[in-house]
Amino acid sequence: MDIVVCVKHVPETAEAELKIDSTGKNIEKTGLVYDINEWDDYALEEAVRIKEKQGGTVTAITIGTEDFDSTLRKCLARGADAAIRLTDPKFQGSDAYATAKILHSIIKNLHCDLILCGLQAGDDGSAAVGTILAQLLGVPHATMVKKLELCTGTAKVNRELEGGLEEILEIKLPALFAVSTGINEPRYVSIMGIRKAMQKEIKVLGLADTGLTEAYVGEAGSWLKTEKLYVPPVEKQAEFLKGTPDEVATKIAELLKSRGLI
Amino acid sequence: MEFKLNNEQIEIKRAAREFAEKEFTPELALEYDQKEEFPLGLYKKAAQLGFTSMRIPCEYGGQGYGVLEDCIVVEELCRVDPGLGVAVSLGNLMVPDVLLRHGNEEQKQRYIPPLAKGEKIAAAAFTEPEHGSDITRMDSTAKKTGDEWTINGAKEFITNAPIADTFIILCQSDPNAQPSHRGQSIFLVEKGMPGLEATKLHGKMGIKPCVTGSLCMSDLKVPDANLVGELNKGFYYTLELFDGTRITVAAQAVGMAQGAFEKALNYAKTRKQFGQPIINFQAVSFKLADMTIKIEAARLMMYKAAWLYDKEKPNPVATSIAKAYASRVAMEVTDDAIQIFGGYGYLADYHVERFHRCAKITEIYEGTSEIQKLTICNYLQKQT
Repeated sequence: MDIVVCVKHVPETAEAELKIDSTGKNIEKTGLVYDINEWDDYALEEAVRIKEKQGGTVTAITIGTEDFDSTLRKCLARGADAAIRLTDPKFQGSDAYATAKILHSIIKNLHCDLILCGLQAGDDGSAAVGTILAQLLGVPHATMVKKLELCTGTAKVNRELEGGLEEILEIKLPALFAVSTGINEPRYVSIMGIRKAMQKEIKVLGLADTGLTEAYVGEAGSWLKTEKLYVPPVEKQAEFLKGTPDEVATKIAELLKSRGLI
Repeated sequence: MEFKLNNEQIEIKRAAREFAEKEFTPELALEYDQKEEFPLGLYKKAAQLGFTSMRIPCEYGGQGYGVLEDCIVVEELCRVDPGLGVAVSLGNLMVPDVLLRHGNEEQKQRYIPPLAKGEKIAAAAFTEPEHGSDITRMDSTAKKTGDEWTINGAKEFITNAPIADTFIILCQSDPNAQPSHRGQSIFLVEKGMPGLEATKLHGKMGIKPCVTGSLCMSDLKVPDANLVGELNKGFYYTLELFDGTRITVAAQAVGMAQGAFEKALNYAKTRKQFGQPIINFQAVSFKLADMTIKIEAARLMMYKAAWLYDKEKPNPVATSIAKAYASRVAMEVTDDAIQIFGGYGYLADYHVERFHRCAKITEIYEGTSEIQKLTICNYLQKQT
């Protein structure tokens, strides 16, 4: 089973203090710590587990600058066999569509039975690259995958739906799956893994290798344009619950239930 | 001259950091600090990932890196929690080192791989109740009869003594040697040998998850095959060992300082007094700047000592400079961190007091700061 995993190198924003940069369309990135996108981390782990069980190869692919190598090296250290970085100044500003287009241009020429992506990226959260990529490749896909089981020529996937529902699909391979966090427990990077990773090469490709023209990549090839990025004004809304501790607890439970939080 | 880690070292640093941040939770750190128990599960986990055998060559189940890479790991582990960090990383520090240098092939094959894999734990017994900084004479004796040795005596403050499977013990093998340090030898001893008894010490100020104990040897019989290296060379082997291990202690100190500093920095940014974050007050921000300067200097000294050890040859002066300075910095920075936290810093739940308690050991073990200064002074006196 040959598997391609699409990964992204993103800033860790959960606990960082974010500021909008001077363009008003992006965040100030200096001082932020970057790492593999959380969802992609699970996709990579799933791919490596499949390879360990059934044999085959895992190739990690990303679009970005040299800095993205640290995410690729992490993939190699955790068990990927090969890594590809697509780098070109022209790729900058690509939306989900242009990104999928660039990935497609390379992946279509790789032999693979399975393409795994994270469901979404922690930075832009568009959750669209996987789906578009599947369309471009002409392969079936499923998103929000929380369990993946391979059969002969097909895969059985569990999809997590709203309201606590779960759906099981049988899908013909080759296929693309966008996985949710929690599908597995990503392993730690081991020192043995790092030693092995340092012996593997990261293949760097540019616009010329994609066979695409400038018009299909970057801002020129994007269908979406960011108008504005801003921090919404803080609203102060608080409801004070009154009553005995038992009554207040009941009200809290009802509130949480009505919003689907428990 | 290059002032940066290479890609491989950066990956090692990141891997150790991720492991420690996920595994050494604040709750676990507090729990083990109170329990004074060795975190066996964590040790095994860290060992399986290779973090505890950085310096052991690949052929003996280790990772085949140098002191610098080991120090990078130790710093990161101690940065997240000084107690758990030291406990996890100290188990393999000394015994494999001595065996690799002076053990015979059979000893190496038999004892090192289980330590490298985390299946066994080691303890190195040098210190005695009456001999701490001065190990030129040992009260523990080893007497030879036929092809075995009989060891009698006591050891004190021995890391891992209550839980170790493999011990090396420094003994006076020739009581009449002049000077006395020319009559010392190192012996390999296994847990369960009749005549070897370990007791756990309680009530340490810090590094409580790292268990410490006393050893009592009464008519402990050891086969001649367990002599490590040459007879009567034990003292020299011990000093040589410290040239490397002291750099690791400097790395522990840098990690502890860094961890406490980061906590203090975050707190200073969020804690408000007089209507603003306290970092806006120069009394606090200058303290943070001073902490940064000290940590940076200590880290560079530690890197340099490790680099010299790996690239050229162990440099006792560079090692002593790094250890003496880094351990002092650890004490000062962790103290400053408590001060920035104010009253909260005095509480266990805010974690910085634990860093301060743990930091003190770095000025004491593996040669006190005074012994480090002695090494530096000896060098200065020889300079012309």
